[in-house]
Formats: sequence, structure tokens, C-alpha cells
Amino acid sequence: MNLSGELVLAAILVIPALGAGVLALVADDRKGAWLNVFISFLTFCCALALLLERPASGPFLIVDDLNAVFVIISTLVAFTTSVFSASYIAHELDTGHLTHAFLRFYHAMYQMLMFGMNLALLSNNIGLMWVAVELATLTTVVMVGIYRTPAALEAAWKYFLLGSVGIALALFGTILVYLAARAVVGEGLDAMAWDVLVANASGFDPAFLNLAFVFLLLGYGTKVGLVPLHAWLPDAHAEGPTPISAVLSGLLLNVALFAVLRFKSIMSANPAALAPGPLMVTLGLASVVFAALMLYRRQDIKRLFAYSSIEHMGIITFAFGMGGPLANFAGLLHMALHSLTKSAIFFCVGHIAQVKGTQRMADIRGLTVSHPTLGWSLGLGVLAIAGLPPMGLFMTEFLIITSTFARAPVLAIVLGVSLLIGLGALLLRLNGLAFGDPDGRSNPSKASYLPIGMHLALVFAAGIWLPPALVAWFQYVAALLS
Amino acid sequence: MITPLAFDVAHLFAGSLVLVSFMLLYQDRMTGLVNTFALHALVVSFSVAWQAYIQQAPHLYITAAIALGIKAIVIPVVLHRMIVRLGIHRTIEPVVGVGLTMLAGIGLIALSIMVMLPITAQAGTLAREDLAFALSVILLGLLMMISRRNAVSQVIGFMSIENGLILAATGAKGMPLVVEISVAFSILVALIVIGIFLFRIRERFETVDIHLLHEHRGEQP
Repeated sequence: MNLSGELVLAAILVIPALGAGVLALVADDRKGAWLNVFISFLTFCCALALLLERPASGPFLIVDDLNAVFVIISTLVAFTTSVFSASYIAHELDTGHLTHAFLRFYHAMYQMLMFGMNLALLSNNIGLMWVAVELATLTTVVMVGIYRTPAALEAAWKYFLLGSVGIALALFGTILVYLAARAVVGEGLDAMAWDVLVANASGFDPAFLNLAFVFLLLGYGTKVGLVPLHAWLPDAHAEGPTPISAVLSGLLLNVALFAVLRFKSIMSANPAALAPGPLMVTLGLASVVFAALMLYRRQDIKRLFAYSSIEHMGIITFAFGMGGPLANFAGLLHMALHSLTKSAIFFCVGHIAQVKGTQRMADIRGLTVSHPTLGWSLGLGVLAIAGLPPMGLFMTEFLIITSTFARAPVLAIVLGVSLLIGLGALLLRLNGLAFGDPDGRSNPSKASYLPIGMHLALVFAAGIWLPPALVAWFQYVAALLS
Repeated sequence: MITPLAFDVAHLFAGSLVLVSFMLLYQDRMTGLVNTFALHALVVSFSVAWQAYIQQAPHLYITAAIALGIKAIVIPVVLHRMIVRLGIHRTIEPVVGVGLTMLAGIGLIALSIMVMLPITAQAGTLAREDLAFALSVILLGLLMMISRRNAVSQVIGFMSIENGLILAATGAKGMPLVVEISVAFSILVALIVIGIFLFRIRERFETVDIHLLHEHRGEQP
């Protein structure tokens, strides 16, 4: 019996859940914000402990090589976002955008969201995972609408309806997977456990699995923001508080994609079932092409980066759809680096929107002159997300395109051209935002640069040198997926 | 094993659910729509209770009770009060005509039967017919959500989808976590309804017509 491992596993779930309760009771704003940071930090430490001690899998929870990566990234970004959130929220209170009661609610919901995401990642049960993803969706819906402006309410409502329909389809798919498994594994919890499902998938009725996967891909794909199911994503990113945009882009999209990956590995374990690859490649490529073209027409800075998230989720889905050790490796790494980069960009964008008092890009100019640190951090972040060397995302995109070239040159060309189109749009926008003569309103910034700097440094380091242990781990996971 | 009578009764409830889904499609008054939805929830709770009885799965009675209490009684009452308070008795504006919607609905049912029956041969007769009915209910609910512009009718469409899912989940014999899932769903639904209330969509937008919300997209140059 591996007791300390079980304790760590329980702690990753219990700390945020209890934290949500405690934060709902803390009346003092500053204390609440720092307690939020502290709770997130504790959760992150527990997630790191998973590297040392790994508990045995039970009927409900599991820790394997795949989800350990995600849990660590997820808790890390949750921690840095909470640091950013502390300085962001202080400004929102000063300007009166949020009241004290809403702030308490906000902090409690933040931890609730972390609980939902950690549970979804760690669950060994397809039903439990569904409930956890639903919980995470609900908390973000509430947070998107927290400013209660008409635009925020519209965004929350749209997110709510589309997210609910997606989640309903995913549940139908989950039921079908259970039915497929029941014929082989028998009734009960076993027929919903990942490890059992993957081990026995070769005996499942392929027709059942095919139908289930279509529902699951569409259902969880809505939450990933794949085109044509993406309509909620830009609104939800633009109208909510910026820390939530960072968490949505950096973490929640990953969690939904993680669910798709889990089901994909069941599909791949059954040779007679439909190959999940082409479906994912199609949706992924459609997202990349669509988002790259849409980037040009954006006028709102948060919407711009929301579309960029659609693009990157498309790239990752494409990579996993292509499959093979190399593309899977690149996809995994891209997921991790995109989380870090995109959240760093949203941290910058949050502070920029606060100092300029607007999200309209036409009103934001010359940031490198008026706010040098903020302006240059945004510049670096945009260069990284656009996939320019030497940042880590360049390497992963390069790997994805080259590994695709060997098998499907046409797809690789389409992907490469769309990435260049997206790059053009981002650089064009960056030029307007960061350079030129500053104009319009401008307040001094009280930003905390620590989270931004740390994320960008990690992404930069990944582009230069990856620790061999990390490479070996990711390669192992990539081999598991293919 | 299940007796022919047990099978026929289960079949009757599942079939009635599809029928009531159809009735939802052609309601043109708010009050009628809410009442039909209450009937929908009533049928689903009977169906779940019957499944609990023939599968000897007492925990499913909880799901049936939730469906009866929350969706057949509480939510319709709340929606009725909301309709009175918001003053939206008026005719529902469909995006396409009722006739066309009904035809599309028939097509969707044919589709779900054609998709479901051939591939689910090993699942047992009851489960596979339940699945075909459940998929029909889900697709009809989706059709309702896209063919109506009104927030309240979209919510009712969503709740009918949920009833279809409950039908599928209880039809899958021995599925764990059904109760938990139905509770999670009830929370979702309750939040949607509370959301309409709290956010007071009418006060903010002067209407519950979702169509008009698009003006607030923030993309105007």
C-alpha cells in the first residue's frame, strides 16, 4: 500500500475544494487574494509530489504518465494566474468594476474551477470525468458573466447554451461507450474505468465505438473550441475578467482536449473501429485555417488572442490526429507551451486593458514607449505565440509540419500556409499595439511581472534546451498515445 | 429476464417521450409550451421508475423522484411565474414554419432509428430501442433549440435533451453514477433557470429574444 501517494492525490482535490469554502468566508479582499495564491501554490506543490510518489489507480481516480503532465501544468498555471489575479483584482476594485461580495464569490469560484479541472484530469471513470468537466464549465460560465454588463451576459448565455449542448452530446457518447464495454467487461464500475476500457477495447463492438466517438468528439470538441463549434469562445474570453480568459485558454481547453485524447486511445486500441485520426485532422485543420483568416478582422485585443487559441487548439488536434510518436510528442509539448505562452499574453493584455482603459486595439498604441516592460513582454509573448524561433512553439510547430510532410504533404502545406497567415495577422497587430506614438488614456501600471517573466522564460528555455528527462517522459507518453 | 409486459411498458413510456417531444415542437404559446414540458418530465420520470422496477435498481427511484419533483413540478411553476412577471405570453416566434420543423423532426427520428438499430445488435432489444428513442428525443430537442429564438423555449429545448439523456442512461442496464449524473444535470438546469431570473435578461435587453443579443458583440468598428 502506497499511502503517501494516496494522500498526495487526495490533497490535489481536497485543497481546492476546501479552499473554495474558506475563500467564500474571507471578507477581506487582500487577504482573500493572497489566500487564493497560497492555496494554488499548495496544490501545485502536491502536484509536483506526484513525480516522486505515484498512487495505485482505484475505480475513480488514476495517476498515469499522461495525466501527471497535465496536472502539473494545470496547477502551475493556476498558481501563476492567481498571482496575476491578485494584482488585477486590486485594480478592478479601485475602479469599482467589482464589488466586495462579487470578489469573494470570484475567489471561491476560482478554486472550484481548479477542483473541477483537477478532478477531470485525475478521474479514472468516464462518468466522473463528465461530471467534473461540467462543474468546470459551470464555474467558468458564472465567472464570464461576473461583470454583468450586457455584453458579459450575452457571452455567458451563449457559452452556457453551447457548452450545455456540447456536454449533453458528450454524455450520450459516454453512455454508448459504457454499453460497448458492458458486453465485454460486465456491468458496474469496471465498464467505465479508463484502464479497464483501454485494456479490453479490442473486444468492443466497433460500430458502437464509432458512433460513441462521433458524439464525444463533437461534445468535448465544443469545449475545445474547434471550428465550427467555437462560437462561444471569443465572447467568453473577451467579456470575462482577464484571469479567467487566461485560465480558459491555458487550462480548460486543454482539459477538454485531454478528454478527447483519452477516448481516442480507446478507439486506437480497437483495430476494427473507425480510425479517429482523419476526423481530428479535419476539425483541427479547419480550425487553423478559419482562425488564421479571422485574426485579421479583430478589433478587440482579447478577441484577437481568443482566435489565436482556436488556431492553436486546431494545431494540437491536428497533431494528435496525425498520430505517430513524433507528431504526438510535438502535440503534447505544444499543449504545454501554448498554456504557458497564452496565459502570459493574457496577463499582459489584462494589465494593458487596465492602464489604457479599453480593449479596442485602435485605441492602444505605442506601448513600448509608454509602458516599456509591459509593451516588450507583450511583444515577446506575441512572437512566441506566432511561432517564431527561438521560442519553444517554433520547435513544436516545425516538428508537426515536418512529420506531416513525410505522410501527407498537401496537409502539411495547408497547415504551413495557414500558420504563416496567422503570423502575418499577429505581427501586424503587434506593430500597431507596441510601436508608434502613444496616445489616449494612460495610467501608470502596477503590474506584477513575475508570472509573465516566468512563463516566457520557460517557453524560451524550451525552445533552446529541453531537459533529457522531460524529453524521455514526453516521448514515452507520445508512444503510449500512438 | 424481462417479461413481455415489462418490455411493452418500457417501450410505451419511451415512445410516449418521443411523441411529447413532437408536441413541444408545435406549441405556439408560452404557457402551452411549459405545460407540455411538464408532461415530458412526467413521462420521463415514469419511464425511469419503471426501469428501476424491472432492473431491480432502487437507486434509480432517486433519479425518477428528481425528474418528477424538479422538472415536472418546480421548474414549470417557476417558468409560469416568470412568464407572468416578464409578460411574455405572446406567441412564440419560430425561425422556420411549424410544418417544416415537423418534417425535419420526422427526418431526424428516421435518422436516429437508421443509425441506432443496425449497430446496436448486441446490446439487447430493450436497450437498443431505448437508445433509438433517446437519440430521437435528443435530436428533436436540438431542433427545438435552433428553431426558436426565445430564451425560455431554448431552455425548454435543452431540458428535453436532458430528459432524452436520462432515458438513455437508465436504459443502459447497470450503469454506475446515473444518479450522480442526473443530480449534476439538475443543478445545471436549475442554474440556467435561475440565470434567466437573476440576470433578468428582459430588464437588460427589453426582451428575451436571443436574436437581439447579437448587437452586444463588441465588434463594431
